[in-house]
Amino acid sequence: MSLMNQLIVAPILLPVLTAALMLWLGEKHRPLKARINLFSTGLGLAIAITLMMWVQKTGTTGSIGVYLPGNWEAPFGIVLVVDHLSALMLVLTGIVAFCALLFALARWDRAGASFHALFQIQLMGLYGAFLTADLFNLFVFFEVLLAASYGLMLHGSGRARVSAGLHYITINLLASSLFLIGAALIYGVTGTLNLADLAVKIPQVPDGDLGLLHAGAAILAVAFLAKAGMWPLNFWLVPAYSAASAPVAALFAIMTKVGFYTLLRLWTLLFSGQAGASAFFGGDWLIWGGMATVTVAAISVVAAQRLERMASLSILVSAGILLSAVGFAQPSLTAGALFYLVSSTLALSALFLLAELIERSRSANDIALDEDADQLPKALESLHPVPGTNLDDEQKAVVGHVIPWTMAFLGLSFIACALLIIGMPPLSGFLGKLTLISALLNPLGLDVAKDEAIRADSWTLVALLIISGLTSLFAFVRVGIKRFWTPQEHAAPMLRLNECLPIALLVGCAIVLTFKAQALLHYTQDTAQALHDPQQYVLSVMAARPIPVPASAAAQVQP
Amino acid sequence: MEEVIAIAIGVLAASGVWLILRPRTFQVVMGLCLLSYGVNLFIFSMGSLFIGKEPIIKDGVPQDLLNYTDPLPQALVLTAIVISFAMTALFLVVLLASRGLTGNDHVDGRELGE
Repeated sequence: MSLMNQLIVAPILLPVLTAALMLWLGEKHRPLKARINLFSTGLGLAIAITLMMWVQKTGTTGSIGVYLPGNWEAPFGIVLVVDHLSALMLVLTGIVAFCALLFALARWDRAGASFHALFQIQLMGLYGAFLTADLFNLFVFFEVLLAASYGLMLHGSGRARVSAGLHYITINLLASSLFLIGAALIYGVTGTLNLADLAVKIPQVPDGDLGLLHAGAAILAVAFLAKAGMWPLNFWLVPAYSAASAPVAALFAIMTKVGFYTLLRLWTLLFSGQAGASAFFGGDWLIWGGMATVTVAAISVVAAQRLERMASLSILVSAGILLSAVGFAQPSLTAGALFYLVSSTLALSALFLLAELIERSRSANDIALDEDADQLPKALESLHPVPGTNLDDEQKAVVGHVIPWTMAFLGLSFIACALLIIGMPPLSGFLGKLTLISALLNPLGLDVAKDEAIRADSWTLVALLIISGLTSLFAFVRVGIKRFWTPQEHAAPMLRLNECLPIALLVGCAIVLTFKAQALLHYTQDTAQALHDPQQYVLSVMAARPIPVPASAAAQVQP
Repeated sequence: MEEVIAIAIGVLAASGVWLILRPRTFQVVMGLCLLSYGVNLFIFSMGSLFIGKEPIIKDGVPQDLLNYTDPLPQALVLTAIVISFAMTALFLVVLLASRGLTGNDHVDGRELGE
């Protein structure tokens, strides 16, 4: 077991130790805690990047690091596993968390108690959920990240947050109950909770028990689909995310992706092509459920007026596209979906941060958060000047206004975010959607001649990808005009460096992705290959051996 | 014994679901509690039910599931109980905050027709 293997547990230990340290510091020393938090989050990101580079370096498509926290062999003890998919999600979490924290340091961390400790515990839950390879351990990490998210959701208090938080907590507690029922059923049928061991056992399940196994898997899937935001299990998401404070909402952009990650991981491992009678169980549900999510969210986004709400609905659009794309169980499509996941998560996270800055500068036409859901947008009358108005102020020749740098920054970032989310050229959002469409129309690759017609569900998804982009375009253009082009004069918003930097970082990452798209696409293609052929994963986990007890320690244990 | 446990789980889950669908926050808390009891019993019964068998290995008794009960579901239940207990406590705090901020105990923060 090398040093790198020891590093696998570091993303979980680091946040929990930091959180403990900060709880010990108590309510005082806020600047110190902020610095510790920033340092620890940055270190976590560095560890995640190291793990990602290691996963890429050590081998071909399926290099996998295994860590045995309890020093017990695989099916008996808990296992942590880092493979391509886990490493990608770790790095993405690290980037989003770092930017959200940087934004929070400007203002938000002072809005309530224990922000920094909760933030670190949330990170521990996220990292743990991405690393673990054990069904029940996954439940524990889910509860850790949810418990912290309840606290963060209510951060800043206020009626809208508490009210939305109540629903958020209830639905997640219910989902946790379903998770337990599903896990118990699967354990009852197969006698194991280790994911790799489950992949081995499921093809051997006798016919009589298949119904029970599928019922368990379906109940488990309902729990994850509720978290991943599939319609009709996603009504909690929009009020909760749009009520949460900006940095928290930015961090939550990764939370629906946890549900998606878990589904992808479990589905490809448990019901892969080698699973015999259970192969690809429930794939059609993912495809059509995802498409229903896209349809509903793409229509709702046209009616949204506040940017936070639009961002939350865009999360649902991207969640639906991801679920649907993965349901086809086609490696090239999964690779495209993962690319799209990275680019859309960065953009959505930036949009949540941006939304707060833009709405803050526009206190004039504020619509209360609770009322936004019930109203339809009004026509843009304010754009048409009254007839006879001289548009040149005081009859002077317009020499040209200097746009304040803050407005310019907000406007340009908004355009970049919108392009990324809509999926318009030239940014990486377009590349993501293009990869998806190309994989849908050429299931075997571009250079292979087609011998069968394209399936009806592929055509539907292609249509939905384009239509959802179109409706998002309408919505973003309307909000952009309302926020930036209305003729009334507004004082330029005051922005702090800490608030601009994270947005610039997130948008910058997404823009760099446009130029470095090939590198990431290669990576996601390797990821998808490994996911759809889980043999390597199973072998690596099962081959992990505990470290022998040192001779001197063994002698002491013996009486 | 299986019938008794099955009926108990059914009754707990049914009452839990009914209470969760009620409009008062306290009823929802009670519903979540009952549902989590039902789930805990369910996990426990997944290790198959025995009378008078221990989960710990004894000397001289063959080590198979004919002579012992499965210890894993018991460990899982213990974890689940602790977590659901903590979550209920947290939910109660949010409930009180919501009661204080909105002035009523409706789950939406406002009575119907208001």
